[in-house]
Amino acid sequence: MNLADFWFILIAVLWTGYLVLEGFDFGVGMLMPIVGKTSKGKRVLINTIGPVWDGNEVWLLTAGGATFAAFPEWYATLFSGFYLPLLLILLALIVRAVAIEYRAKINDENWRNRWTLAIVVSSWIPSILWGVAFANIVRGVPIDETFTYTGGFFNLLNPFALLGGLVTLAIFLSHGAIFLSLKTSGAVLDRAKPFARKASIVAVVVGAVWALWLQLAYSENAWTWGALVLAAVGLMGAAWFSRTDRFGLAFTFNALAIVGAVTLIFGSLYPDVMPSTTDAAFSLTVDNARSSHTTLVVMTWVAAIMTPVVLAYQAWSYWVFKRRLSEDHMPEHNELTFHKN
Amino acid sequence: MEALELARWQFGITTVYHFILVPLTIGLSILVAIMQTMWVRTGKEKWLRLTKFYGKLLLINFALGVATGIVQEFQFGMNWSEYSRYVGDIFGAPLAMEALVAFFLESTFLGVWIFGWDRLSKKVHLTSIWLFAIGANISAYFIIAANSWMQHPVGTEFNPETGRAEMTDIWAVLTNSTTLAAFPHVIATAFLVAGTFIAGIAAYWMVKKARANKGDGELPMYRTALRFGAVTMIVAGVAVIVTGDIQAKMMFEQQPMKMAAAEGIMETEEGAGFSLLAFGNLAGDDPGSVQHVLSIPGFTSYLAEGNFDATVTGLNELQRQYAGTSDAANPVVPALAGYEVESDTRPNLAVTYWSFRLMIGLAAFSAVTALAALWLTRKGASTDKKWFSRLAVWSIPAPYIAASFGWIFTEMGRQPFVVAPNPTGSDMVYMLTKHGVSVAASTWEVAISMVAFTLIYALLGVFWYRLIVRYAQEGAPTAEASTPRDNDGDGPLSFAY
Repeated sequence: MNLADFWFILIAVLWTGYLVLEGFDFGVGMLMPIVGKTSKGKRVLINTIGPVWDGNEVWLLTAGGATFAAFPEWYATLFSGFYLPLLLILLALIVRAVAIEYRAKINDENWRNRWTLAIVVSSWIPSILWGVAFANIVRGVPIDETFTYTGGFFNLLNPFALLGGLVTLAIFLSHGAIFLSLKTSGAVLDRAKPFARKASIVAVVVGAVWALWLQLAYSENAWTWGALVLAAVGLMGAAWFSRTDRFGLAFTFNALAIVGAVTLIFGSLYPDVMPSTTDAAFSLTVDNARSSHTTLVVMTWVAAIMTPVVLAYQAWSYWVFKRRLSEDHMPEHNELTFHKN
Repeated sequence: MEALELARWQFGITTVYHFILVPLTIGLSILVAIMQTMWVRTGKEKWLRLTKFYGKLLLINFALGVATGIVQEFQFGMNWSEYSRYVGDIFGAPLAMEALVAFFLESTFLGVWIFGWDRLSKKVHLTSIWLFAIGANISAYFIIAANSWMQHPVGTEFNPETGRAEMTDIWAVLTNSTTLAAFPHVIATAFLVAGTFIAGIAAYWMVKKARANKGDGELPMYRTALRFGAVTMIVAGVAVIVTGDIQAKMMFEQQPMKMAAAEGIMETEEGAGFSLLAFGNLAGDDPGSVQHVLSIPGFTSYLAEGNFDATVTGLNELQRQYAGTSDAANPVVPALAGYEVESDTRPNLAVTYWSFRLMIGLAAFSAVTALAALWLTRKGASTDKKWFSRLAVWSIPAPYIAASFGWIFTEMGRQPFVVAPNPTGSDMVYMLTKHGVSVAASTWEVAISMVAFTLIYALLGVFWYRLIVRYAQEGAPTAEASTPRDNDGDGPLSFAY
């Protein structure tokens, strides 16, 4: 295995980390009105992700930065080609970051309601669009001989991609509900559990259809059947353990499903990183999109040293905030109002 | 407008906006960490209250800083894909390192700090804000290293086979002389911003308490904060001048075009003066018409080489050297080969000239406030002078605006290059800005994103401003509200969103 292959795998790992972690905090954001419901219930939801969501999002920045450093051509073609979906994702992430932080800063019902709406909308948008983006990458898009995407916006809205959007949406919803079933108690838990049971079954159904479609129509490699099986086992396990009230296992199996799905997507691509539907000769591959050997060696050292460190302290931060939260744990609002009383 | 102009405006707008927030985070994170350290070491309540007070302002600022920072990283791919292709091999590395080394540290430990007051021991909790603050400062190092490479490409060579600039030496990239000069300058500026912020708000409160004649112990607390901020401003201010001077001398060698434009020097002169006011067509259409009406004799030569009589090469000669039509024995840059020869390689003169002056002038304004603050609070005194609290509050934006003009100067002064040629580099790695823009993104797509970002930033900026002002006007929380409670039981959390 050469270094470029190693970085292809590492980028898949970074995306897996991102989708597993931010996947549940997107889910929690989307579930504010459904599982949160009451004023205190919504606060419980925000506080379950409050200490960790920002660290989760760094996985995305790292995946982006790693793609830039290790596969500059891939980074350039992808980000300039998928311009409008990425713009929507970025706008959502901007609003979301501010909304989570500012919502609790002013003690006013209207203020909170508006920021709640902002959190909900800005969690739904990327949950759908990441699926759309990945489906398009694996399906292939029109790319010319200069590695320039020539498809325009509407080319990205094909049935396979839209179904891909539903897949990430369903998985994140079930992932978020399962996370809440682990992290809450009381009335919120009572609402989270039945939602987790239903959502995890929906995730199995849409996930299975999309994965089979992917494997049969777009995969370059037969071995990705194995990844497909892993994803299926993961999703079914999550549904089964949600039914039987063992949410720790349900969460683990959902994470496994995401590992399987990312392996399926990246494995189906290989050795391409962005196949061209215009002409296979114009496809970006691990080999023609990569950076120089020197850069890859340098980045390998940095990643080898830093990744375990990051994993260790991030895991520690989850351990610090391990206790379950309920509406009873929410203190009275004591923030400021905009006008002094 | 074409996609190129729109993409440039978008980059300018998003970067200036981001850098309104970033310097405060960089400086204030360390200063709040120092406040908390003082509390842990001395047990004095005022330090705890100040930690909580300025800590809250830090969080309001950080949230928007993170949000605007995400755009910075992805913008290179979206709007500047050809640039990204050409330089990703080198430029991508510090960005990826920034994420791995700094962003994770920053984000994870900020979450731990915010929610960990009552769950961690004092020492572990104190460590978390230090790790956050160190992360913020390391992140600045990597991004300055990336930017400095665009100003002065080192550790790289052009690979004709791939048609890209490629890395030859990461160590050279990370220890670029430009980085080593720019990083302390940026960090010193960040402390100037944060010191002015702390002092301005503390002065407002000290004067208010003094006028209300309250001997309730809050006046000494705000006086402490004021002096803490003012001392930071003085130290940072001196550091800004020293590092700025080092940087300027270096830039006369590395980017002579930028510095000649900053000074409005058209023809090569000996003992060039430092222009304070210039008239004429600074837009560059008719460089001969520039007239300096007021200048400090010889000072530009002194800035360039530490010698009042030194020769400073003018823009017109530099232009001939860049175009390869000069008779000079040692041209600054060998004729630009490989690309079409750019007919005019001079930056926008008016922008470069004025942003350089505004940067220096506004930073000086902070120094005046700091000296006034230290004088008025000498030997245990405080003041109830309204003019002083006004001056202090009005100084808060000055270093912000100075920092923005600093960036506008250094980025506009590099034009028309996105990667400026390195005069002493053995290989000609450089790129014109117009060649860096994305091909795939259409004009209307870039237009939509520019409008969307500008509007959403403006809207969020309003909330940011109102929250900062509102929390600053509320003052430090009471000692009771500040003290962390032990929270091992199952009662309500002492802190929750």
